[in-house]
Amino acid sequence: MSATEEQEFDDLPDLRTVDLLRRGLAVSPEIKQGLRATVLLGLAVVASRLTVPVVVERAIDNGTTGATGVDFGYIFTIAAVAVGTVMFGWLGGIWAERRLVERSATAIANLRIRTFDRIHALSMSDLNESRRGVLVSRVTSDAEQLTRFAQWGLFVFSIEPMVLTGIVIAMALYSWQLTLLVVAVYLPVWPMFRWLQRRQLLAYDRLRSRVGDMLSSFSETLSGAAVIRVYGAEERFGAQVGVDIDERYRARIDSNKFIAGTFVVGDLFSAVAFVAVLVAGLTQREAWNLDAGDVVAIMFLVSLLQQPISELSEVLDQAQIAAASWGKILGVLDRPVDVSEPTNGRSLSAGPIDVEVENLDFTYRGGEQALKGVSVAIPAGTNVAVVGQTGSGKTTFAKLLCRLADPSSGAIKVNGLDLRDVSGPSRISSIRMVPQDGFLFDVSIAENVMMGADGESSNGESSNDESSDGESIDVDAVRSAFKVLGLSWWLERHQPTEIVGQRGENLSVGERQLVALARAQLADPGLLILDEATSAVDPEIDEALTAALKRLAEGRTMISVAHRLSTAEAADLVLVFDQGQLVEVGPHHELVDRGGVYSELHRAWIGNTRAAR
Amino acid sequence: MTAEVNTDERSLTGQGLRLIRQLVTAHPLTFSISLTGALVYALASVLTTEVLGAVTDNVILPTFDGGELSGDALRSGALMLVGVILLRAASVVARRYFAGMTSERVQASFHRRLLDKYLSVPLAWYQQRQTGQLLAHVDNDVEKLAEPLHPLPLSIGAVGMAVFSAVSLFLVDVVLAAVAFVIFPMLFGLNRTYSKIIEEPSAAVQAGVGSTSAVAHESFDGALIVKTLGRAEHESRRFAVAANGLRSHQIRVGNIRAIFEATLDSIPSLGVVLMIVVGAYRLDAGAITRGDLVQVAVLFTILGFPMRVFGYFLEGIPPAVVSHRRLDDVLSSPVQSKLSSSTAVQSAGPLTVRVAGVGFGYADQPPVLADVSFDLSAGEVVALVGSTGSGKSTLAMLLAGLVPPDSGTVEIGGQLLSGWPAAQRTEAIALVFQESFLFGASVGSNIDMDSSVSHEEVADAAAVAQIGDFLSGLPMGYDTVVGERGVTLSGGQRQRVALARALVRKPRFLILDDATSAVDPKVEQRILDGLRAELSTTTLIVAQRLATIMLADRVLYLADGHIAAAGTHEQLLEVAGYRDLVTAYEAAAL
Repeated sequence: MSATEEQEFDDLPDLRTVDLLRRGLAVSPEIKQGLRATVLLGLAVVASRLTVPVVVERAIDNGTTGATGVDFGYIFTIAAVAVGTVMFGWLGGIWAERRLVERSATAIANLRIRTFDRIHALSMSDLNESRRGVLVSRVTSDAEQLTRFAQWGLFVFSIEPMVLTGIVIAMALYSWQLTLLVVAVYLPVWPMFRWLQRRQLLAYDRLRSRVGDMLSSFSETLSGAAVIRVYGAEERFGAQVGVDIDERYRARIDSNKFIAGTFVVGDLFSAVAFVAVLVAGLTQREAWNLDAGDVVAIMFLVSLLQQPISELSEVLDQAQIAAASWGKILGVLDRPVDVSEPTNGRSLSAGPIDVEVENLDFTYRGGEQALKGVSVAIPAGTNVAVVGQTGSGKTTFAKLLCRLADPSSGAIKVNGLDLRDVSGPSRISSIRMVPQDGFLFDVSIAENVMMGADGESSNGESSNDESSDGESIDVDAVRSAFKVLGLSWWLERHQPTEIVGQRGENLSVGERQLVALARAQLADPGLLILDEATSAVDPEIDEALTAALKRLAEGRTMISVAHRLSTAEAADLVLVFDQGQLVEVGPHHELVDRGGVYSELHRAWIGNTRAAR
Repeated sequence: MTAEVNTDERSLTGQGLRLIRQLVTAHPLTFSISLTGALVYALASVLTTEVLGAVTDNVILPTFDGGELSGDALRSGALMLVGVILLRAASVVARRYFAGMTSERVQASFHRRLLDKYLSVPLAWYQQRQTGQLLAHVDNDVEKLAEPLHPLPLSIGAVGMAVFSAVSLFLVDVVLAAVAFVIFPMLFGLNRTYSKIIEEPSAAVQAGVGSTSAVAHESFDGALIVKTLGRAEHESRRFAVAANGLRSHQIRVGNIRAIFEATLDSIPSLGVVLMIVVGAYRLDAGAITRGDLVQVAVLFTILGFPMRVFGYFLEGIPPAVVSHRRLDDVLSSPVQSKLSSSTAVQSAGPLTVRVAGVGFGYADQPPVLADVSFDLSAGEVVALVGSTGSGKSTLAMLLAGLVPPDSGTVEIGGQLLSGWPAAQRTEAIALVFQESFLFGASVGSNIDMDSSVSHEEVADAAAVAQIGDFLSGLPMGYDTVVGERGVTLSGGQRQRVALARALVRKPRFLILDDATSAVDPKVEQRILDGLRAELSTTTLIVAQRLATIMLADRVLYLADGHIAAAGTHEQLLEVAGYRDLVTAYEAAAL
């Protein structure tokens, strides 16, 4: 599949409304559940609505005689019948709507959750290519747009054709010729609706895209607030977001045109129908054996066609909105998952993991080859440092090791198993990565650290607190994780219950990395991968960490991507990457004087850190 | 909530109607057109029935009675019918199109107001709110606010029709009119009750949309962590809690609305029945004729549709009021004070910096900075050293004027920083953050921030920041679009782009907050050499590495919330805390 064209899942799948709705209903089956019963209830409403005019007509025709004669018995009877049907319709209406509300709310909630899950299943390259605002709008406003259709559209769509049919049958009772004429007049409505439909769908699709754009630019403006302030770029950014606001406005006005247009199509045809019935009824009255009552009745019935037709055009409009939203959501749901879990995944045994990399190639979607023919064997328990210039492929290598992506060719074997054959849960608990960005969730320090353990390693002997979302927090385990890292002093400065703020922004970048390391410590994986995880920690902490990590490495295989060569000096094995290739492998003391890439890197680093003395 | 504070005793509907008046009066033209459309529609609907009656009486019946078809009568009948229907159709188009336009203009104006607010609130304001929530205001709240504007014109038309029919009723019979007047108050009473009951659940729905959006935003923002920690299932549960919470609030609102709508539908029908019964008595008493009764029944049936429209309009009011409160809560937040001082600031060249007794603490936390005082002379390069969490970044933000100090003063260029005009301040002072934020745009526009700097200036800045080597590896060079937050670049690359962004502006006071921490040593060396050669500004470098510190003329050592020591690196080596901090690397390497 072509990645560039499908970027952001923003293209309308090349489907017609009907197909989109069919597919949409397939991913939201709840909408149709019990629809038949609901429609039966809805018929009670329709019955009550139709009964009232009939009752009025009966009451006046049969309940009164002459100018002032009244048959009270008949009036009361018929009034009682009317009140009965109205109450019946009232109950049926409430019941039907409650069912519809519940089904549609459930359908939308489930669709949101499914879409949310799918987004997390997408590969990092997919996620990096898309804007957060767009992804958020897929699970919020796009899903929300389905409400009207799910709650009401499908229901009306089930009922109104019956009403239409009823009216046409009633017409036929008076004159089949005039009925055929009316039907013939209305026939072109269908192709017109279809013609309008496709345009409407495209208009709504554009609207959904523009809404996504607008939310994304708002989202960026919010996330980048500090930078915007520093550079006084408020006006320029405001202008850019303003363009997106205007674009959304224009897309909305554009789609409005069609709603206004669609709505009167039925009206215009009724004018033709009236005239046709009038002319034909009067000129053909003898040929078709009509009397005045027939013509008047059919004229009346033509006016009754008005409501169901305009309701249907409203439904069609809602259907386009729904189809456009489903189109956007399907764009996410249909996206292939690059890294799929094996069906009968194998488990990794506990303890240090042996890693064997065979002829590894990796090419990004954009065509940029990040790794070329990398082969290396890392015995279990080795402490490895991966070094290289920015863009040398060292981070990509780390990502492949924890299966954030699969190799383009070649293989990674862990304890002799292909990484792709290891089950998800086993991989997650045995292979851990601490990424470069010390992203923290907006909960307490303790909760962030506990995410490493995911409840598995709580041993029950310590005090348990309940966190805000019900996860058990083992403060002692958190403390001991910091203690092992020699960072108890830090935790004493900050309480474990301290809330870290969005992305952890209440803590400094270095502090966030400490929390991320404590998290990894608590998880106790057999293979730990650190991606420049200590880049922003000051030397004081870095030293403590280097010591702690060295101790930690004894129980496991550890692979650290680092540009602080103190990490490399402390490692058993150093892998040196250059332009996607593994160019040097060996311990620090062997490589440092070899005169290769590593020597050069090391010299620069030494100069940098010790220029002082 | 300034608008609502003193009107608590007002009913929700009252507040809503006032709010809606406010909204539409801002867009008088589009609203008047749609209102005219609605009134013409009301008129045309009544006319259609009239014309149909007239055609029946004057064309159809005579033709069947007399057996002669009059071509003229037929033509004029047909013309009248077509004319009135076309009028109705045109009125529908005008009403819907312009009602939509009014609603969209209201929405666009609120989008802009939110944007202006988001761009002018103090930085600390963001820390108290979740980005996802702020997005939900833009999306859902604005939409809900404008929702009643669609059915509004027709609702006013409906009121017109109701008045028209009430007058007709009076002319027919006072007693029947009285019956009608029992029904109208019932409708309003019903709505009042509905508004009261729905207010709280409706607010819960809006809040639910906000928290769903907030969870989604945070979760997608941390997608990498979610993957590496295998937290997808947990995140799914967390999102499901939000989504299902929203669902149950929606169902609660829907259930209440179901009763309201069904009742609203039934009252006119029951009214007709009541009318027939009462009408029968009036007929029996000889007060009205049979024709009157027919007319009354027709009047009441015609009212059915506008009543429903009016119901939809009223239904939209509670969510609109609730949304408006949420929006108002944001829109009434105080903006960052812009003291526009007319005092001239030092006009050119490196700036002096004088910090005196500055203290600062984040809300509910012990102060980070207690009493910080120091001076930088123009053109001086000074390193700021301190352990993790010592307040270096906070101090950097204070010096850039991003947050005001709680106590003490910051003078830059001999002028209180708070007195600097904002535009001049941001032009003269540049801060490069520890965590570099790039926008999802091209590398080039991330550097020039779309201001008018020349290509050469960008290239110069890029050269000092050592961007050239990786930029040449990118297929589109400066036009390469990076992912949001710069995710498609490595940490070191991101920092270099952010550095170039600062350098291209030739700031007169440059603050580097550990801005090269993720850059490879080799590259960092070249950047530092470049800075040493090019720097002609007052520079404060928050530094951790010795080489960076060595770039400085002087070092400030920040500990325990104040400047514990200041001097040259050699002098400070006498200070135990400082020595331990900066020589840690060497200790580790030995």
